[in-house]
Amino acid sequence: MDLLSTRKYSTTNQYLISLLLIVLTAILCFFLVSVIGYRAVALILLLVVSLNAILFDIFPVMLSALLSALIWNFFFIPPTLTLHIGTPEDGLMFLMYFVIASINAVLSYKIREMERKERDEAEKEKAIKLYNTLLNSLSHELRTPIATVIGAIDTIKDDQTQLSEENRKELYSEIEIAASRLNRQVENLLSMSRLQAGFVRPKKDWCDLNETVFAAVKRLKDEAKDHKIRFEPKEDLPLCKLDNGLLDQILHNLIYNALLHTPAHSTIDIVLSKSDDGCVICVFDNGWGFPADEINFVFDKFYRLRNTSTGGTGLGLSIVKGFAEAMGGNVRLENIPHGGAKFTVEIPCEFSYNTNQENE
Amino acid sequence: MNNAEILIIDDEPQIRKLLQINLESNGYKVTQASTGEHGLSLSASHPPDLILLDIGLPGKDGHQILKELREWYNKPIIVLSVRDNETDIVSALDNGATDYLTKPFRTGELLARIRSSIRRSENAENNSTVVCGDLEIDLIARVVKKMGDTIKLTSTEYNLLALFAKNGGKVLTHQFILKEIWGYSFQTETQYLRVFVGSLRKKIEENPNNPQHIITESGVGYRFE
Repeated sequence: MDLLSTRKYSTTNQYLISLLLIVLTAILCFFLVSVIGYRAVALILLLVVSLNAILFDIFPVMLSALLSALIWNFFFIPPTLTLHIGTPEDGLMFLMYFVIASINAVLSYKIREMERKERDEAEKEKAIKLYNTLLNSLSHELRTPIATVIGAIDTIKDDQTQLSEENRKELYSEIEIAASRLNRQVENLLSMSRLQAGFVRPKKDWCDLNETVFAAVKRLKDEAKDHKIRFEPKEDLPLCKLDNGLLDQILHNLIYNALLHTPAHSTIDIVLSKSDDGCVICVFDNGWGFPADEINFVFDKFYRLRNTSTGGTGLGLSIVKGFAEAMGGNVRLENIPHGGAKFTVEIPCEFSYNTNQENE
Repeated sequence: MNNAEILIIDDEPQIRKLLQINLESNGYKVTQASTGEHGLSLSASHPPDLILLDIGLPGKDGHQILKELREWYNKPIIVLSVRDNETDIVSALDNGATDYLTKPFRTGELLARIRSSIRRSENAENNSTVVCGDLEIDLIARVVKKMGDTIKLTSTEYNLLALFAKNGGKVLTHQFILKEIWGYSFQTETQYLRVFVGSLRKKIEENPNNPQHIITESGVGYRFE
């Protein structure tokens, strides 16, 4: 496979290298011809043409076959330094040489074509498989809430069933949960397609990060009923010039991800800090952490942990990464030694120290 | 009792139906238009008390309709928009929309916005004292009291609070507030606004981290309640 990578060379380079090999070999043979005889030279040149056939495309190889045949004829077949061939055996040898060299070139070309086709097919299969898993998880994520809504409404509408007031209320709240789940998936898909299309251009404005975190936590208060979210505002953090909307989505996705993948009554901590050239946001939990062999893939689009039981499309964290990078920042994930996962988002930004209001 | 008339301008029949059922069961009279042009002619022939206007309309879009309506219609217009489009919302508010809601919205929220918009347009006369929960703002004496105790505010803080109080319940865009308090040339200096809102919250809010009076409308502005 490594040898094949030479085909990535530009066509000009392929021509140059293959012809250079022939010329160098010919010069070497020129000094050895008195020892090995001019017929052995043909075999040596043939060997170089075969090597070229392994390495390069068909046209450079055909050219090197032609050139080497001419060189052999001109410099080695007596009478030398003419294209004239003295005996019928040498004439036959010359013809055979050219045919064998060409066959060599064509055969290795054919083999490579077949290999390429196989590889393309394998890649296509892989793409189809990825597409299928994606479609499965997506349709599951979209259909489950839709099925819930339709089913619940059917039950409520059906006059025959004797629905207790309590059950009716429960069905209504199921519809509510399903709708917000559906909404979240659509938001994620839209964000992803915006990222994909390169439409995410940060609109920077001064933000109070403490306020942004409080807002994100507040937005998730229903989902966080069974969890504890701790956030101690960092009072001395200056205003940061950032895209508040993107940041809000990053925080939302990180906190929601932690809520989804940690057992009930886990604690999620959010800590803000300031680095030399930007702000640092840490979100960590005391759950199980991530499997070490999968930690590198969690930010990949549509990637879901192998043993994950809870739903999800594998979009949330890749959006976090995409949005962080759109603002020139990055996101890291590490496991905490005593259990739990820690996400660190670093975003470069301008700070405002305009807090002196006594001079008004 | 509210028997106010509301005109819905939205191209989605399902949304119109939902709004109609909701509003009618809350005692409002409802008329509907599926295009902006139809909405314009309906409101001209029979002016409603409030208009719910969708921004994403086919043909003439909501922004255009809003501008044309505002040439003569001075009752509340609440704009409906999709999320994640703050520029749309800000420009609608700056073009005279009274309030906005992002789809999907909750019915309770919609009804509250409608009530407060109508109330504001009816009590257009200036009250000299604004009472809001535990806050009392005397706009003539320039005195602010929280649970009966006078709060000391700097003059900019007071001007900001007074602007909020005069526009209670209404979303004020960053640009609008900056222009009103600091002047035209400060319209992009949002950091001033952040700093003063922060210090004002510390003085008037019970818990500045979970504000009840000065509510942030992310990417758009603030609302005083």
